[in-house]
Amino acid sequence: MLMNPVNAAVAPRGRTVLLSSVSSDSHTWNLVFLQLLLEEMGHRVINLGACVADELLVQECSAIRPDLVVISTVNGHGQADGLRLIGKLRADPETRDTPVVIGGKLGITGGAPEGMARRLVEAGFSAVFQDDADPAALGRFLAALEDRAEPRREVAAP
Amino acid sequence: MSSTGSFAGLAGRSAGLLVQPRMGFSDPARMRAGLDAVRRAGAATVGTLTLDSYTRVKDYDSAGRALADALPLNGYPLVTHGPDTTRAVLDGIQGPDFPVQVRHGSALPDDIIAALVAAGLDATEGGPVSYCLPYSRVPLREATAGWARSCERFAELRDRGVEPHLESFGGCMMGQLCPPGLLIAITVLEGLFFHRHGLRSISLSYAQQTDARQDEEAVAALRSLATAFLPDDTDWHIVVYAYMGKYPRTHGGALLVLRAAAGLAVRTGATRLIVKTPAESYRIPTIEENVEALEFAGAAAAAEATRTPPDPAPPPDTGIAAEARQLIEAVLDLHPDVGQALVRAFAKGYLDVPYCLHADNHGRSRGYIDEAGRLRWASVGSMPIRGITGGTREQAVGSSELLSALSYVERTHDLLALRSQDTRTSDALDAGTTAADLRQA
Repeated sequence: MLMNPVNAAVAPRGRTVLLSSVSSDSHTWNLVFLQLLLEEMGHRVINLGACVADELLVQECSAIRPDLVVISTVNGHGQADGLRLIGKLRADPETRDTPVVIGGKLGITGGAPEGMARRLVEAGFSAVFQDDADPAALGRFLAALEDRAEPRREVAAP
Repeated sequence: MSSTGSFAGLAGRSAGLLVQPRMGFSDPARMRAGLDAVRRAGAATVGTLTLDSYTRVKDYDSAGRALADALPLNGYPLVTHGPDTTRAVLDGIQGPDFPVQVRHGSALPDDIIAALVAAGLDATEGGPVSYCLPYSRVPLREATAGWARSCERFAELRDRGVEPHLESFGGCMMGQLCPPGLLIAITVLEGLFFHRHGLRSISLSYAQQTDARQDEEAVAALRSLATAFLPDDTDWHIVVYAYMGKYPRTHGGALLVLRAAAGLAVRTGATRLIVKTPAESYRIPTIEENVEALEFAGAAAAAEATRTPPDPAPPPDTGIAAEARQLIEAVLDLHPDVGQALVRAFAKGYLDVPYCLHADNHGRSRGYIDEAGRLRWASVGSMPIRGITGGTREQAVGSSELLSALSYVERTHDLLALRSQDTRTSDALDAGTTAADLRQA
Protein backbone atom coordinates (compact mmCIF):
# COMPACT_ATOMS: atom_id res chain seq x y z
CA MET A 1 0.00 0.00 0.00
CA LEU A 2 2.65 2.52 -0.78
CA MET A 3 4.21 4.32 -3.58
CA ASN A 4 7.64 5.67 -2.85
CA PRO A 5 7.21 9.41 -2.29
CA VAL A 6 8.28 11.71 -5.11
CA ASN A 7 9.64 14.30 -2.67
CA ALA A 8 11.58 12.75 0.15
CA ALA A 9 11.26 16.00 2.09
CA VAL A 10 8.02 17.32 3.49
CA ALA A 11 7.93 21.13 3.33
CA PRO A 12 8.07 23.04 6.66
CA ARG A 13 4.45 24.09 6.23
CA GLY A 14 3.55 20.70 4.81
CA ARG A 15 0.37 19.06 6.03
CA THR A 16 -0.46 15.44 6.67
CA VAL A 17 -3.17 14.32 4.28
CA LEU A 18 -5.10 11.07 4.59
CA LEU A 19 -6.12 10.14 1.05
CA SER A 20 -8.82 7.56 0.45
CA SER A 21 -11.50 6.13 -1.80
CA VAL A 22 -14.92 4.97 -0.54
CA SER A 23 -16.00 1.43 0.25
CA SER A 24 -17.45 0.46 -3.14
CA ASP A 25 -14.95 2.29 -5.38
CA SER A 26 -12.04 0.35 -6.84
CA HIS A 27 -10.61 3.16 -9.00
CA THR A 28 -7.10 4.23 -8.04
CA TRP A 29 -5.64 6.44 -10.81
CA ASN A 30 -7.32 9.42 -9.14
CA LEU A 31 -5.60 8.45 -5.87
CA VAL A 32 -2.20 7.92 -7.51
CA PHE A 33 -2.39 11.32 -9.21
CA LEU A 34 -3.50 13.13 -6.05
CA GLN A 35 -0.73 11.50 -4.02
CA LEU A 36 1.93 12.69 -6.49
CA LEU A 37 0.39 16.16 -6.71
CA LEU A 38 0.10 16.65 -2.95
CA GLU A 39 3.62 15.33 -2.37
CA GLU A 40 5.00 17.71 -4.96
CA MET A 41 3.28 20.54 -3.04
CA GLY A 42 5.28 19.46 0.02
CA HIS A 43 2.57 17.60 1.91
CA ARG A 44 2.84 14.16 3.46
CA VAL A 45 0.32 11.70 2.05
CA ILE A 46 -1.00 8.48 3.50
CA ASN A 47 -2.80 6.75 0.66
CA LEU A 48 -5.34 4.15 1.81
CA GLY A 49 -6.11 3.03 -1.76
CA ALA A 50 -9.22 1.33 -3.17
CA CYS A 51 -12.41 0.06 -1.50
CA VAL A 52 -11.81 1.54 1.96
CA ALA A 53 -14.50 0.45 4.42
CA ASP A 54 -16.02 3.25 6.51
CA GLU A 55 -14.75 1.65 9.74
CA LEU A 56 -11.18 1.44 8.40
CA LEU A 57 -11.21 5.10 7.45
CA VAL A 58 -12.56 6.18 10.86
CA GLN A 59 -9.93 4.01 12.53
CA GLU A 60 -7.03 5.36 10.42
CA CYS A 61 -8.26 8.91 10.86
CA SER A 62 -8.36 8.48 14.65
CA ALA A 63 -4.88 6.98 14.68
CA ILE A 64 -3.17 9.38 12.26
CA ARG A 65 -5.05 12.59 13.13
CA PRO A 66 -4.38 14.09 9.69
CA ASP A 67 -4.72 17.80 8.95
CA LEU A 68 -7.10 16.89 6.13
CA VAL A 69 -8.95 13.85 4.81
CA VAL A 70 -9.34 13.81 1.02
CA ILE A 71 -12.00 11.44 -0.33
CA SER A 72 -11.72 10.89 -4.08
CA THR A 73 -14.26 8.70 -5.87
CA VAL A 74 -15.25 8.22 -9.49
CA ASN A 75 -17.51 5.14 -9.68
CA GLY A 76 -20.77 7.04 -9.42
CA HIS A 77 -21.72 5.85 -5.92
CA GLY A 78 -19.98 8.85 -4.33
CA GLN A 79 -23.07 10.60 -3.12
CA ALA A 80 -24.53 7.57 -1.33
CA ASP A 81 -21.19 6.32 -0.03
CA GLY A 82 -20.02 9.83 0.89
CA LEU A 83 -23.17 10.64 2.89
CA ARG A 84 -22.92 7.38 4.83
CA LEU A 85 -19.18 7.82 5.47
CA ILE A 86 -19.31 11.42 6.67
CA GLY A 87 -22.07 10.47 9.11
CA LYS A 88 -19.71 7.99 10.74
CA LEU A 89 -16.75 10.38 10.78
CA ARG A 90 -18.85 13.15 12.35
CA ALA A 91 -20.38 10.77 14.89
CA ASP A 92 -16.99 9.69 16.27
CA PRO A 93 -15.50 12.10 18.85
CA GLU A 94 -11.99 11.35 17.53
CA THR A 95 -12.78 12.46 13.99
CA ARG A 96 -15.67 14.87 14.53
CA ASP A 97 -13.63 18.01 13.87
CA THR A 98 -11.19 16.79 11.21
CA PRO A 99 -11.62 18.66 7.92
CA VAL A 100 -12.89 16.23 5.25
CA VAL A 101 -13.32 17.04 1.56
CA ILE A 102 -14.78 14.90 -1.21
CA GLY A 103 -14.37 15.10 -4.97
CA GLY A 104 -14.59 13.20 -8.26
CA LYS A 105 -17.47 11.82 -10.31
CA LEU A 106 -20.11 11.63 -7.62
CA GLY A 107 -23.19 10.44 -9.58
CA ILE A 108 -23.73 8.00 -12.46
CA THR A 109 -25.52 10.36 -14.84
CA GLY A 110 -22.66 12.71 -15.75
CA GLY A 111 -22.72 16.24 -14.39
CA ALA A 112 -23.74 16.94 -10.82
CA PRO A 113 -27.18 15.98 -9.58
CA GLU A 114 -29.16 19.00 -8.41
CA GLY A 115 -28.28 20.01 -4.87
CA MET A 116 -25.79 17.19 -4.35
CA ALA A 117 -22.90 19.40 -3.22
CA ARG A 118 -25.19 21.18 -0.79
CA ARG A 119 -26.42 17.87 0.68
CA LEU A 120 -22.84 16.66 1.11
CA VAL A 121 -21.76 19.87 2.85
CA GLU A 122 -24.87 19.85 5.07
CA ALA A 123 -24.01 16.29 6.04
CA GLY A 124 -20.58 17.44 7.27
CA PHE A 125 -18.07 17.65 4.41
CA SER A 126 -15.85 20.73 4.62
CA ALA A 127 -15.84 21.15 0.82
CA VAL A 128 -17.00 19.36 -2.34
CA PHE A 129 -14.88 19.37 -5.49
CA GLN A 130 -16.89 18.43 -8.58
CA ASP A 131 -15.47 16.46 -11.50
CA ASP A 132 -14.43 19.60 -13.38
CA ALA A 133 -12.66 21.27 -10.42
CA ASP A 134 -9.08 22.47 -10.95
CA PRO A 135 -6.75 20.17 -8.95
CA ALA A 136 -4.95 23.32 -7.74
CA ALA A 137 -8.11 24.24 -5.83
CA LEU A 138 -7.29 21.44 -3.41
CA GLY A 139 -3.85 22.98 -2.87
CA ARG A 140 -5.43 26.34 -2.13
CA PHE A 141 -7.83 24.69 0.32
CA LEU A 142 -4.88 23.08 2.12
CA ALA A 143 -2.93 26.33 2.20
CA ALA A 144 -5.90 28.06 3.77
CA LEU A 145 -6.32 25.48 6.55
CA GLU A 146 -5.84 26.97 10.01
CA ASP A 147 -2.98 25.62 12.07
CA ARG A 148 -4.30 23.01 14.44
CA ALA A 149 -4.76 24.02 18.08
CA GLU A 150 -3.36 20.72 19.27
CA PRO A 151 -0.34 18.98 17.75
CA ARG A 152 -1.18 15.96 15.68
CA ARG A 153 0.13 12.62 16.80
CA GLU A 154 3.35 11.62 15.13
CA VAL A 155 3.11 8.41 13.16
CA ALA A 156 5.52 6.62 10.93
CA ALA A 157 4.90 6.86 7.21
CA PRO A 158 3.07 3.74 5.99
CA MET B 1 -22.16 -37.25 -21.66
CA SER B 2 -20.94 -34.85 -24.32
CA SER B 3 -20.17 -31.42 -23.02
CA THR B 4 -21.91 -28.26 -24.17
CA GLY B 5 -21.11 -24.80 -23.00
CA SER B 6 -21.96 -21.42 -24.43
CA PHE B 7 -18.26 -20.55 -24.87
CA ALA B 8 -16.96 -24.06 -25.69
CA GLY B 9 -15.06 -24.10 -28.98
CA LEU B 10 -15.94 -20.44 -29.52
CA ALA B 11 -12.85 -19.70 -31.62
CA GLY B 12 -13.76 -22.43 -34.09
CA ARG B 13 -17.48 -21.64 -34.18
CA SER B 14 -17.29 -17.97 -35.08
CA ALA B 15 -16.65 -16.88 -38.65
CA GLY B 16 -15.30 -13.47 -37.73
CA LEU B 17 -14.56 -11.32 -34.72
CA LEU B 18 -17.18 -11.46 -31.94
CA VAL B 19 -17.91 -8.12 -30.32
CA GLN B 20 -19.08 -7.77 -26.74
CA PRO B 21 -20.20 -4.82 -24.59
CA ARG B 22 -19.58 -4.18 -20.88
CA MET B 23 -23.19 -3.55 -20.11
CA GLY B 24 -24.97 -3.84 -16.81
CA PHE B 25 -28.15 -2.32 -15.37
CA SER B 26 -29.69 -2.88 -11.94
CA ASP B 27 -33.28 -3.05 -13.24
CA PRO B 28 -34.02 -6.59 -14.55
CA ALA B 29 -36.36 -5.33 -17.27
CA ARG B 30 -33.73 -2.91 -18.55
CA MET B 31 -31.04 -5.60 -18.31
CA ARG B 32 -33.21 -7.93 -20.39
CA ALA B 33 -33.92 -5.19 -22.93
CA GLY B 34 -30.19 -4.49 -23.13
CA LEU B 35 -29.25 -8.12 -23.72
CA ASP B 36 -32.01 -8.47 -26.31
CA ALA B 37 -30.78 -5.35 -28.13
CA VAL B 38 -27.21 -6.68 -28.14
CA ARG B 39 -28.42 -10.03 -29.48
CA ARG B 40 -30.33 -8.30 -32.28
CA ALA B 41 -27.53 -5.84 -33.12
CA GLY B 42 -26.17 -5.92 -36.66
CA ALA B 43 -22.91 -7.61 -35.64
CA ALA B 44 -21.71 -10.98 -34.34
CA THR B 45 -22.21 -10.36 -30.62
CA VAL B 46 -21.68 -11.96 -27.24
CA GLY B 47 -23.83 -10.75 -24.34
CA THR B 48 -22.60 -9.36 -21.04
CA LEU B 49 -24.04 -9.10 -17.55
CA THR B 50 -21.79 -6.59 -15.79
CA LEU B 51 -22.34 -6.61 -12.04
CA ASP B 52 -22.49 -3.57 -9.77
CA SER B 53 -19.68 -2.54 -7.46
CA TYR B 54 -21.56 -3.37 -4.23
CA THR B 55 -21.82 -6.99 -5.35
CA ARG B 56 -18.12 -6.99 -6.21
CA VAL B 57 -17.23 -6.24 -2.59
CA LYS B 58 -19.98 -8.51 -1.15
CA ASP B 59 -21.89 -5.52 0.25
CA TYR B 60 -25.30 -7.11 -0.35
CA ASP B 61 -26.95 -4.84 2.24
CA SER B 62 -26.17 -1.73 0.21
CA ALA B 63 -27.21 -3.45 -3.04
CA GLY B 64 -30.49 -4.56 -1.45
CA ARG B 65 -31.16 -1.11 0.00
CA ALA B 66 -30.53 0.54 -3.36
CA LEU B 67 -32.98 -1.86 -5.05
CA ALA B 68 -35.59 -1.22 -2.33
CA ASP B 69 -35.16 2.55 -2.73
CA ALA B 70 -35.19 2.26 -6.55
CA LEU B 71 -31.75 3.92 -6.74
CA PRO B 72 -29.91 2.89 -9.91
CA LEU B 73 -26.68 0.91 -9.42
CA ASN B 74 -23.72 0.83 -11.78
CA GLY B 75 -24.43 -2.79 -12.74
CA TYR B 76 -26.66 -5.84 -12.30
CA PRO B 77 -26.76 -7.14 -8.68
CA LEU B 78 -26.73 -10.84 -9.59
CA VAL B 79 -26.53 -12.25 -6.05
CA THR B 80 -29.24 -9.95 -4.68
CA HIS B 81 -31.72 -10.50 -7.54
CA GLY B 82 -31.42 -14.29 -7.17
CA PRO B 83 -31.65 -17.11 -9.75
CA ASP B 84 -35.35 -16.81 -10.65
CA THR B 85 -35.11 -13.14 -11.60
CA THR B 86 -31.93 -13.77 -13.58
CA ARG B 87 -33.42 -16.78 -15.40
CA ALA B 88 -36.33 -14.56 -16.39
CA VAL B 89 -33.88 -11.90 -17.65
CA LEU B 90 -32.11 -14.51 -19.81
CA ASP B 91 -35.11 -16.60 -20.89
CA GLY B 92 -35.33 -16.89 -24.67
CA ILE B 93 -32.28 -14.61 -25.13
CA GLN B 94 -29.29 -16.62 -23.95
CA GLY B 95 -28.62 -19.67 -26.11
CA PRO B 96 -26.04 -21.52 -28.20
CA ASP B 97 -26.05 -18.66 -30.73
CA PHE B 98 -25.86 -15.96 -28.07
CA PRO B 99 -23.53 -16.74 -25.16
CA VAL B 100 -23.69 -14.45 -22.13
CA GLN B 101 -20.68 -13.77 -19.90
CA VAL B 102 -20.82 -12.43 -16.33
CA ARG B 103 -18.30 -9.63 -15.71
CA HIS B 104 -17.75 -8.57 -12.12
CA GLY B 105 -14.31 -7.54 -10.79
CA SER B 106 -14.48 -9.48 -7.52
CA ALA B 107 -11.40 -10.73 -5.65
CA LEU B 108 -13.56 -13.31 -3.85
CA PRO B 109 -15.98 -14.62 -6.49
CA ASP B 110 -17.53 -17.57 -4.62
CA ASP B 111 -21.02 -16.03 -4.22
CA ILE B 112 -20.98 -14.74 -7.79
CA ILE B 113 -19.92 -18.10 -9.27
CA ALA B 114 -22.61 -19.88 -7.21
CA ALA B 115 -25.24 -17.35 -8.29
CA LEU B 116 -24.37 -17.49 -11.98
CA VAL B 117 -24.37 -21.29 -12.04
CA ALA B 118 -27.74 -21.30 -10.21
CA ALA B 119 -29.11 -18.95 -12.87
CA GLY B 120 -28.03 -21.24 -15.72
CA LEU B 121 -24.99 -19.22 -16.83
CA ASP B 122 -21.63 -20.83 -17.65
CA ALA B 123 -19.12 -18.08 -18.50
CA THR B 124 -17.36 -15.42 -16.46
CA GLU B 125 -13.98 -13.75 -16.05
CA GLY B 126 -11.41 -12.49 -13.56
CA GLY B 127 -8.44 -14.09 -11.86
CA PRO B 128 -6.59 -14.34 -8.54
CA VAL B 129 -4.19 -11.53 -9.45
CA SER B 130 -6.12 -9.43 -11.94
CA TYR B 131 -9.23 -9.06 -9.76
CA CYS B 132 -7.32 -8.74 -6.51
CA LEU B 133 -4.46 -6.29 -6.93
CA PRO B 134 -6.07 -3.47 -8.90
CA TYR B 135 -9.53 -3.51 -7.33
CA SER B 136 -9.52 -4.80 -3.79
CA ARG B 137 -7.91 -4.81 -0.36
CA VAL B 138 -8.10 -8.60 -0.09
CA PRO B 139 -4.65 -10.15 0.60
CA LEU B 140 -3.32 -11.90 -2.51
CA ARG B 141 -2.94 -15.17 -0.61
CA GLU B 142 -6.64 -15.08 0.32
CA ALA B 143 -7.75 -14.17 -3.20
CA THR B 144 -5.64 -16.97 -4.65
CA ALA B 145 -7.19 -19.53 -2.26
CA GLY B 146 -10.67 -18.15 -2.98
CA TRP B 147 -10.22 -18.27 -6.73
CA ALA B 148 -8.84 -21.82 -6.51
CA ARG B 149 -11.97 -23.00 -4.65
CA SER B 150 -14.27 -21.07 -6.98
CA CYS B 151 -12.57 -22.49 -10.09
CA GLU B 152 -12.99 -26.00 -8.75
CA ARG B 153 -16.70 -25.47 -7.99
CA PHE B 154 -17.20 -23.84 -11.38
CA ALA B 155 -15.47 -26.80 -13.08
CA GLU B 156 -18.05 -29.13 -11.51
CA LEU B 157 -20.48 -27.86 -14.15
CA ARG B 158 -18.81 -30.40 -16.41
CA ASP B 159 -20.46 -33.18 -14.37
CA ARG B 160 -23.77 -31.79 -15.64
CA GLY B 161 -22.54 -31.82 -19.23
CA VAL B 162 -21.77 -28.10 -19.36
CA GLU B 163 -18.26 -26.83 -20.13
CA PRO B 164 -17.64 -23.73 -17.99
CA HIS B 165 -15.59 -20.88 -19.42
CA LEU B 166 -13.29 -18.53 -17.55
CA GLU B 167 -11.45 -15.54 -19.00
CA SER B 168 -8.33 -14.11 -17.39
CA PHE B 169 -8.44 -10.35 -16.96
CA GLY B 170 -4.65 -10.36 -16.51
CA GLY B 171 -3.96 -8.61 -19.81
CA CYS B 172 -5.79 -5.54 -18.56
CA MET B 173 -3.94 -4.78 -15.31
CA MET B 174 -4.72 -1.19 -14.23
CA GLY B 175 -6.15 -0.56 -17.70
CA GLN B 176 -3.15 1.48 -18.76
CA LEU B 177 0.54 2.30 -18.26
CA CYS B 178 1.50 -1.34 -17.64
CA PRO B 179 3.99 -2.39 -20.34
CA PRO B 180 2.89 -5.41 -22.45
CA GLY B 181 5.41 -8.01 -21.22
CA LEU B 182 3.92 -7.97 -17.72
CA LEU B 183 0.32 -8.03 -19.01
CA ILE B 184 1.06 -11.11 -21.11
CA ALA B 185 2.88 -12.88 -18.28
CA ILE B 186 0.02 -12.34 -15.82
CA THR B 187 -2.74 -13.50 -18.19
CA VAL B 188 -0.77 -16.64 -19.19
CA LEU B 189 -0.04 -17.43 -15.52
CA GLU B 190 -3.72 -16.97 -14.63
CA GLY B 191 -4.64 -19.27 -17.53
CA LEU B 192 -2.31 -21.90 -16.06
CA PHE B 193 -3.91 -21.33 -12.65
CA PHE B 194 -7.41 -21.88 -14.12
CA HIS B 195 -6.25 -25.08 -15.83
CA ARG B 196 -4.62 -26.32 -12.63
CA HIS B 197 -7.97 -25.87 -10.85
CA GLY B 198 -10.01 -27.80 -13.38
CA LEU B 199 -11.01 -25.42 -16.15
CA ARG B 200 -10.45 -26.40 -19.79
CA SER B 201 -12.26 -23.62 -21.66
CA ILE B 202 -10.20 -20.49 -21.09
CA SER B 203 -9.58 -17.10 -22.68
CA LEU B 204 -6.59 -14.82 -22.26
CA SER B 205 -6.83 -11.06 -22.55
CA TYR B 206 -4.89 -8.10 -23.84
CA ALA B 207 -5.96 -4.46 -23.54
CA GLN B 208 -5.11 -2.06 -26.36
CA GLN B 209 -2.44 0.38 -25.18
CA THR B 210 -0.85 3.42 -26.84
CA ASP B 211 0.83 2.14 -30.02
CA ALA B 212 -0.70 -0.13 -32.68
CA ARG B 213 2.53 -1.84 -33.75
CA GLN B 214 3.54 -2.50 -30.14
CA ASP B 215 0.08 -3.96 -29.46
CA GLU B 216 0.34 -6.24 -32.51
CA GLU B 217 3.69 -7.53 -31.36
CA ALA B 218 2.22 -8.05 -27.89
CA VAL B 219 -0.81 -10.09 -29.01
CA ALA B 220 1.41 -12.22 -31.27
CA ALA B 221 3.67 -12.82 -28.25
CA LEU B 222 0.64 -13.72 -26.14
CA ARG B 223 -0.45 -16.26 -28.76
CA SER B 224 2.96 -17.92 -28.98
CA LEU B 225 3.40 -18.07 -25.18
CA ALA B 226 -0.14 -19.41 -24.60
CA THR B 227 0.59 -22.12 -27.18
CA ALA B 228 3.85 -22.94 -25.43
CA PHE B 229 2.61 -22.94 -21.83
CA LEU B 230 -1.07 -24.01 -21.80
CA PRO B 231 -1.52 -27.81 -21.74
CA ASP B 232 -2.74 -29.38 -24.99
CA ASP B 233 -6.20 -30.20 -23.62
CA THR B 234 -7.00 -26.48 -23.21
CA ASP B 235 -9.63 -24.94 -25.48
CA TRP B 236 -8.46 -21.32 -25.48
CA HIS B 237 -8.83 -18.06 -27.36
CA ILE B 238 -7.69 -14.46 -27.13
CA VAL B 239 -9.91 -11.52 -26.21
CA VAL B 240 -8.81 -7.96 -26.99
CA TYR B 241 -10.11 -5.00 -25.00
CA ALA B 242 -10.59 -1.59 -26.56
CA TYR B 243 -8.47 0.95 -24.68
CA MET B 244 -9.45 0.97 -21.02
CA GLY B 245 -8.01 4.29 -19.92
CA LYS B 246 -9.37 7.79 -20.39
CA TYR B 247 -11.38 7.76 -23.62
CA PRO B 248 -11.48 10.58 -26.20
CA ARG B 249 -14.12 13.21 -25.54
CA THR B 250 -15.06 13.68 -29.20
CA HIS B 251 -17.32 11.08 -30.79
CA GLY B 252 -14.94 10.82 -33.74
CA GLY B 253 -11.91 10.36 -31.53
CA ALA B 254 -13.62 7.59 -29.57
CA LEU B 255 -14.58 5.81 -32.79
CA LEU B 256 -10.98 6.06 -34.01
CA VAL B 257 -9.78 4.24 -30.90
CA LEU B 258 -12.50 1.63 -31.33
CA ARG B 259 -11.67 1.15 -35.00
CA ALA B 260 -7.99 0.66 -34.10
CA ALA B 261 -8.97 -1.91 -31.46
CA ALA B 262 -11.09 -3.83 -34.01
CA GLY B 263 -8.19 -3.71 -36.48
CA LEU B 264 -5.79 -5.02 -33.84
CA ALA B 265 -8.15 -7.87 -32.93
CA VAL B 266 -8.60 -8.93 -36.57
CA ARG B 267 -4.92 -8.68 -37.54
CA THR B 268 -3.87 -10.73 -34.52
CA GLY B 269 -6.56 -13.39 -34.91
CA ALA B 270 -8.37 -12.61 -31.65
CA THR B 271 -11.80 -14.25 -31.18
CA ARG B 272 -13.53 -11.54 -29.15
CA LEU B 273 -13.32 -7.78 -28.74
CA ILE B 274 -14.62 -6.00 -25.64
CA VAL B 275 -16.00 -2.74 -26.94
CA LYS B 276 -16.08 0.64 -25.25
CA THR B 277 -18.64 3.26 -26.23
CA PRO B 278 -17.93 6.93 -27.01
CA ALA B 279 -20.20 7.93 -24.09
CA GLU B 280 -18.05 6.06 -21.59
CA SER B 281 -15.65 8.96 -21.00
CA TYR B 282 -18.28 10.79 -18.98
CA ARG B 283 -21.05 8.39 -17.93
CA ILE B 284 -22.51 4.87 -18.08
CA PRO B 285 -23.71 4.40 -21.68
CA THR B 286 -27.30 3.68 -22.72
CA ILE B 287 -28.46 0.50 -24.49
CA GLU B 288 -28.60 2.35 -27.82
CA GLU B 289 -25.06 3.68 -27.40
CA ASN B 290 -23.83 0.15 -26.68
CA VAL B 291 -25.53 -1.19 -29.80
CA GLU B 292 -24.12 1.63 -31.92
CA ALA B 293 -20.58 0.92 -30.68
CA LEU B 294 -20.97 -2.85 -31.24
CA GLU B 295 -22.21 -2.35 -34.79
CA PHE B 296 -19.42 0.11 -35.51
CA ALA B 297 -16.79 -2.30 -34.15
CA GLY B 298 -18.29 -5.21 -36.09
CA ALA B 299 -18.25 -3.23 -39.32
CA ALA B 300 -14.70 -2.01 -38.67
CA ALA B 301 -13.62 -5.61 -38.10
CA ALA B 302 -15.30 -6.75 -41.32
CA ALA B 303 -13.60 -3.93 -43.24
CA GLU B 304 -10.22 -4.87 -41.76
CA ALA B 305 -10.74 -8.55 -42.63
CA THR B 306 -11.44 -7.80 -46.28
CA ARG B 307 -8.67 -5.25 -46.69
CA THR B 308 -6.28 -6.37 -49.43
CA PRO B 309 -3.50 -6.88 -49.11
CA PRO B 310 -3.41 -7.31 -45.36
CA ASP B 311 -0.53 -5.69 -43.52
CA PRO B 312 2.38 -7.73 -44.91
CA ALA B 313 5.28 -7.16 -42.53
CA PRO B 314 4.98 -8.49 -38.99
CA PRO B 315 5.93 -5.89 -36.39
CA PRO B 316 9.63 -5.85 -35.47
CA ASP B 317 10.63 -7.84 -32.38
CA THR B 318 11.32 -5.36 -29.59
CA GLY B 319 11.63 -8.05 -26.94
CA ILE B 320 8.06 -8.24 -25.62
CA ALA B 321 7.85 -12.05 -25.98
CA ALA B 322 11.27 -12.52 -24.36
CA GLU B 323 10.30 -10.25 -21.46
CA ALA B 324 6.99 -12.06 -20.88
CA ARG B 325 8.65 -15.49 -21.11
CA GLN B 326 11.32 -14.42 -18.63
CA LEU B 327 8.63 -13.34 -16.14
CA ILE B 328 6.55 -16.51 -16.59
CA GLU B 329 9.57 -18.80 -16.13
CA ALA B 330 10.86 -16.85 -13.13
CA VAL B 331 7.45 -17.18 -11.44
CA LEU B 332 6.97 -20.88 -12.26
CA ASP B 333 10.43 -21.61 -10.82
CA LEU B 334 9.33 -20.30 -7.41
CA HIS B 335 6.89 -23.13 -6.58
CA PRO B 336 5.38 -26.18 -8.31
CA ASP B 337 1.88 -24.83 -7.55
CA VAL B 338 1.16 -21.84 -9.78
CA GLY B 339 -1.04 -20.12 -7.17
CA GLN B 340 1.67 -20.26 -4.52
CA ALA B 341 4.23 -19.25 -7.13
CA LEU B 342 2.17 -16.12 -7.90
CA VAL B 343 1.94 -15.18 -4.21
CA ARG B 344 5.72 -15.60 -3.81
CA ALA B 345 6.43 -13.70 -7.01
CA PHE B 346 4.62 -10.61 -5.75
CA ALA B 347 6.24 -10.93 -2.30
CA LYS B 348 9.67 -10.97 -3.94
CA GLY B 349 8.82 -8.26 -6.47
CA TYR B 350 9.38 -10.61 -9.44
CA LEU B 351 5.99 -9.34 -10.53
CA ASP B 352 5.35 -5.67 -9.71
CA VAL B 353 2.39 -3.87 -11.28
CA PRO B 354 3.11 -0.19 -11.94
CA TYR B 355 0.96 2.33 -10.01
CA CYS B 356 -0.90 -0.43 -8.18
CA LEU B 357 -1.61 0.56 -4.56
CA HIS B 358 -2.38 -2.93 -3.21
CA ALA B 359 -0.44 -3.85 -0.06
CA ASP B 360 0.91 -7.05 -1.66
CA ASN B 361 2.36 -5.22 -4.66
CA HIS B 362 5.92 -3.87 -4.31
CA GLY B 363 4.97 -0.57 -5.97
CA ARG B 364 8.47 0.12 -7.25
CA SER B 365 7.89 -0.32 -10.98
CA ARG B 366 6.72 2.54 -13.20
CA GLY B 367 5.55 2.73 -16.79
CA TYR B 368 5.71 5.76 -19.08
CA ILE B 369 4.93 6.70 -22.67
CA ASP B 370 8.02 7.52 -24.73
CA GLU B 371 8.37 10.25 -27.40
CA ALA B 372 7.20 7.81 -30.10
CA GLY B 373 4.06 6.91 -28.13
CA ARG B 374 5.21 3.45 -27.02
CA LEU B 375 4.67 2.15 -23.51
CA ARG B 376 7.99 1.62 -21.72
CA TRP B 377 9.43 0.86 -18.31
CA ALA B 378 10.66 3.90 -16.36
CA SER B 379 11.57 1.46 -13.60
CA VAL B 380 11.27 -2.35 -13.38
CA GLY B 381 11.72 -2.54 -9.60
CA SER B 382 12.92 -6.06 -8.72
CA MET B 383 11.45 -7.79 -11.78
CA PRO B 384 14.08 -9.95 -13.51
CA ILE B 385 13.68 -8.23 -16.88
CA ARG B 386 16.11 -5.34 -16.77
CA GLY B 387 17.11 -4.25 -20.25
CA ILE B 388 15.09 -6.78 -22.27
CA THR B 389 12.82 -4.20 -23.91
CA GLY B 390 15.28 -1.32 -23.53
CA GLY B 391 16.75 0.61 -20.64
CA THR B 392 14.91 2.35 -17.84
CA ARG B 393 15.44 6.00 -17.00
CA GLU B 394 16.63 8.19 -14.16
CA GLN B 395 13.87 10.69 -13.47
CA ALA B 396 10.71 9.71 -11.61
CA VAL B 397 7.26 10.06 -13.15
CA GLY B 398 5.65 13.09 -11.49
CA SER B 399 2.01 14.19 -11.30
CA SER B 400 1.98 16.26 -14.50
CA GLU B 401 3.69 13.54 -16.56
CA LEU B 402 1.28 10.99 -15.09
CA LEU B 403 -1.73 13.16 -15.94
CA SER B 404 -0.39 13.69 -19.44
CA ALA B 405 0.23 9.94 -19.91
CA LEU B 406 -3.25 9.09 -18.61
CA SER B 407 -4.78 11.39 -21.22
CA TYR B 408 -2.36 10.55 -24.09
CA VAL B 409 -4.81 8.37 -26.03
CA GLU B 410 -7.65 10.82 -25.38
CA ARG B 411 -5.62 13.82 -26.58
CA THR B 412 -4.04 12.27 -29.67
CA HIS B 413 -7.30 10.78 -30.96
CA ASP B 414 -9.38 13.89 -30.25
CA LEU B 415 -6.82 15.92 -32.18
CA LEU B 416 -6.86 13.47 -35.09
CA ALA B 417 -10.66 13.50 -35.21
CA LEU B 418 -10.88 17.30 -35.08
CA ARG B 419 -8.21 17.67 -37.76
CA SER B 420 -9.91 15.21 -40.09
CA GLN B 421 -13.17 17.11 -39.64
CA ASP B 422 -11.44 20.38 -40.54
CA THR B 423 -9.70 19.26 -43.69
CA ARG B 424 -11.69 16.25 -44.88
CA THR B 425 -8.46 15.07 -46.46
CA SER B 426 -7.18 12.81 -43.73
CA ASP B 427 -7.80 9.12 -44.18
CA ALA B 428 -8.68 9.11 -40.49
CA LEU B 429 -12.25 8.30 -39.68
CA ASP B 430 -14.61 11.21 -40.07
CA ALA B 431 -16.42 12.09 -36.87
CA GLY B 432 -19.75 11.51 -38.59
CA THR B 433 -18.91 8.16 -40.09
CA THR B 434 -21.32 5.48 -38.96
CA ALA B 435 -21.31 1.73 -39.09
CA ALA B 436 -23.60 1.86 -42.14
CA ASP B 437 -21.15 4.13 -43.98
CA LEU B 438 -18.35 1.75 -43.19
CA ARG B 439 -20.30 -1.22 -44.49
CA GLN B 440 -20.92 0.56 -47.78
CA ALA B 441 -17.28 1.53 -48.08
